[in-house]
Amino acid sequence: MEILVCARRVPDTSENEITLNSAGNDIERGELVYSINEADNYAVEEALQIVAKVGGKVTVVTVGSEDDEEILRREMAMGANEGVLITDNAFEGSDGRGIATILKAFVQKGKYDLILTGVQADDGAAQVGGMLAAMLDYPFASLVNSIEVLDGRKLQISREIQGGNKEISEIDLPCVLSIQTGINEPRYVGMRGIRAAASLPISTYGLKDLGLNAREVGVAAARVTRQDYFVPEPGKGAEMLEGSREETLEKLVELLAAKGGLR
Amino acid sequence: MLELVQSTAPVSSWLDPGRTLFLIIHLLGLAAFAYIVARRLVPLVRAQSDPRFDHPVARLGKLLKFWFGQWKHPRYKTAGILHIFIFSGFILLAARAFTVLMVGTSPNFVMPGLSGQAGRVYESATDYAATVVFLCMIFAIVRRLVFKPARYAVPARYGKAHTADAVFLLVLIGILMVADSLFAGAKAAALMQQGQPAEMGTVFSLPWIFKTALASASISTVGTLYFGAYVLHAVTFYFLLCYRPFGIQFHVETSLFNIYFATLNKGAVKPVRWDLAEEKLDQVKSFGVKTFEDFTWKHMLDFYSCADCGRCSDNCPANAAGRPLSPRFLTIKARDYAFQHYPMFGKSGNGTPLIGSIYSDDEIWSCTTCGACEEECPLLVEYIDKIVDLRRGMIDAGNVPQSLQKPLKALESRGNPYGMMEKKKADWSNANEFREICNVKLLDKKNSAETLYFVDSVTSFDERMQSISRATAKILDHIGEDFGILGAAEKDSGHEVRRFGEETLFMALRDHNAEAIKASGAKRIITSDPHAYNALKHDYKDVPPVEHISQVLAREVKSGKIKFTPLENTSVVYTYHDPCYLGRHNQIYDDPRAVLDAIPGLKRVEMPRSRDRSFCCGGGGLMLFYEPKEDQRIGVKRVQMAAEAGANVIVTACPFCMTNIEDAIKVAGLEGKMTAIDLAELADQQMARERPPVRVSQPAETQLECVTGR
Repeated sequence: MEILVCARRVPDTSENEITLNSAGNDIERGELVYSINEADNYAVEEALQIVAKVGGKVTVVTVGSEDDEEILRREMAMGANEGVLITDNAFEGSDGRGIATILKAFVQKGKYDLILTGVQADDGAAQVGGMLAAMLDYPFASLVNSIEVLDGRKLQISREIQGGNKEISEIDLPCVLSIQTGINEPRYVGMRGIRAAASLPISTYGLKDLGLNAREVGVAAARVTRQDYFVPEPGKGAEMLEGSREETLEKLVELLAAKGGLR
Repeated sequence: MLELVQSTAPVSSWLDPGRTLFLIIHLLGLAAFAYIVARRLVPLVRAQSDPRFDHPVARLGKLLKFWFGQWKHPRYKTAGILHIFIFSGFILLAARAFTVLMVGTSPNFVMPGLSGQAGRVYESATDYAATVVFLCMIFAIVRRLVFKPARYAVPARYGKAHTADAVFLLVLIGILMVADSLFAGAKAAALMQQGQPAEMGTVFSLPWIFKTALASASISTVGTLYFGAYVLHAVTFYFLLCYRPFGIQFHVETSLFNIYFATLNKGAVKPVRWDLAEEKLDQVKSFGVKTFEDFTWKHMLDFYSCADCGRCSDNCPANAAGRPLSPRFLTIKARDYAFQHYPMFGKSGNGTPLIGSIYSDDEIWSCTTCGACEEECPLLVEYIDKIVDLRRGMIDAGNVPQSLQKPLKALESRGNPYGMMEKKKADWSNANEFREICNVKLLDKKNSAETLYFVDSVTSFDERMQSISRATAKILDHIGEDFGILGAAEKDSGHEVRRFGEETLFMALRDHNAEAIKASGAKRIITSDPHAYNALKHDYKDVPPVEHISQVLAREVKSGKIKFTPLENTSVVYTYHDPCYLGRHNQIYDDPRAVLDAIPGLKRVEMPRSRDRSFCCGGGGLMLFYEPKEDQRIGVKRVQMAAEAGANVIVTACPFCMTNIEDAIKVAGLEGKMTAIDLAELADQQMARERPPVRVSQPAETQLECVTGR
């Protein structure tokens, strides 16, 4: 099975303190460390496990800049057969639809049976997968937390519904699935693996390679544009506890006890 | 043939009819033994290299102490003393057994140096030696069958009990002693009956009993018994020789080598490959131990040498807490694997992966690398290197629990397991009240100092443990030490990273730190974390000498620079918990105790498990992130030990011990009855200063955990 996983490099939320920059139009990116979006990593692991069972190839693709090669290499160290970087100045400022347009063009250059995305990027809006499927006219399922390959180009998939129950569905290939974290236990990629992958070739595609028109992508084509970031003002009933850790904890316990949250 | 036994014929000729038979027994026995040993050596030849042929003098010294001197044995009184008797009996009897075997084919054989008076003395001594060994066998069999010491039990998941095999071997040795004694006793009885001088003054010895019993037996009966005893002795001897390599008694042969080749570098971890320079590791296809053949030959020899005595597992904290790890079975399972895959006949070794077949993931992650097993093993079997090598294999295969992947990733990108930003590393020293009383220099291009305080991750970032870094800084300040810290330039020492098998990441952390330390220009290093201490001392190369703060304290208490004020509350009882990486791995037992004993009014008790038998707190570093399957927390057991010893304050000298012990105090429900304090915190609190110290924090009361995994 030929599987394409769309991945994205994001600031690692567990290892960064996210603050707004002084202009207030972006987060402070100076000291951020980046990694592959967590859900995308699960998608790659799932792809690798499917290929281990039924054979095939895993390609990881990202739309971004040269810095994003880092995550492609990490996923190749995990076992992905190919890494593809789609980069072009013309892509800058693309909204979700723009990214989906770029990916659609790439998908149509190959022959993929299954396209996986993470359920959502840490800094994204969970929209590319669905749009990509619509543009390709492929069936789409989101929040997938198990995949089983059935005979005759079909998959049995499931998603979690209320109360931890599973909803089981069947879907025809080719299709697009957005993968929920927890679907598997991604393997560890050590520093040694990453170093070994450092010299692997990564194919790069630009606007022309994909036969795209600059008008379809980038800022020009974006119908959703980011305007601002702001820290919400504490509203009515909201209270920020201040002071040292001991003090805030003490206040918190007091408050919880007063409101009947602690007995 | 026994008609040949004539009352007048010399006793030595009584064996004449069997000469050919004896020669066949000898040759068959030796050939079989040689073949068996050759087959046992097959995996060792295929194994990874391990250079253990250096430092012959040090190795001979070890041999003298641990093999000939049986150094570790008395740690278990009954079994130990029993073993010393058996061992010395065997050593004494070696020449006698050889002589007896030789006499079968060369009647006049006498061991060089054992003729005349010396021979008679030796004869008498070995009469008793055989008797003692025989009695030991009886005792050991009774012990095995009736008293059944708990540590010999085999939990169901590890298979059937080993009692039958153990008793079978004991019986065989007993038979050997009986045969030997009967041979000597019959000879003495015959000589006596022939009216020849047969001195056997060894009253109540086994040979003496046989001689006395046969005093009035017919000469042909005596002759038959003499002949029969020889055959029994020879057959039992060779059977034992050839049977031992199939089980727990192979150590009789291998112990000499196992102890001679034992590691000389306590505290250190073996490199990934002994035969490759570090720079060339990139060319290696696979890291660590994945198949049996990935072990080094010495580690395979360890498997052969294990005597199944169970002391390792009896002392293992992971085993005690019900984690799926028992060092004894780590070895036994590998030995069974070797016997099965390297059989006496047929094809050997198919390179099947060990994880998933004989070992489980959790088993290998369960080890805290505390070293209690190695400390106890009379045969100096090594465990930590094997665990680390198995983990290297798992890391290489990507087989790492999710709970460990996050901190490892954070160590890669941020240089600490918590994913804290580098610039916050020195925050502990910038707290306002603290800065007023103690200004900690940041070593950079502008500032330099004689001494570097290497803080390491937990003591830098964990709010509770920052009290230890502040106490350490105040102590250094008080004794007038010119010191500073690296701040953001200091990454995690990598001690646990290495012990968890992520060697490449460890090397990156080490290289970064070594460079930063060099750039700081410091002449020596002091740390308050035994793990950092051990890393800097054993895992790093070409860094300045390193000391733990407890060593500094002990020295300055002695020099008089540090004086302590009397304790306010003298009703409490203190106990010192030895951190594994300070104690067992680096033998620093006395310095922390000397510091405590210098505090006026401090009452101190020892827990039964202290010093080199200290019981691990549960493990530090990455172990705090790992979620083991266990019945009980290791730390809870430790805290209960302190309570049983009558202590209400546990003093330790390691931030990880502090994390585990403080957690365990809560889990054990001992809050309010028991507290924990770091040696540096206590010293800082009690140091006599010209002006009274400004209390920055009250360590024993602030027990909030922050960034550590649990």
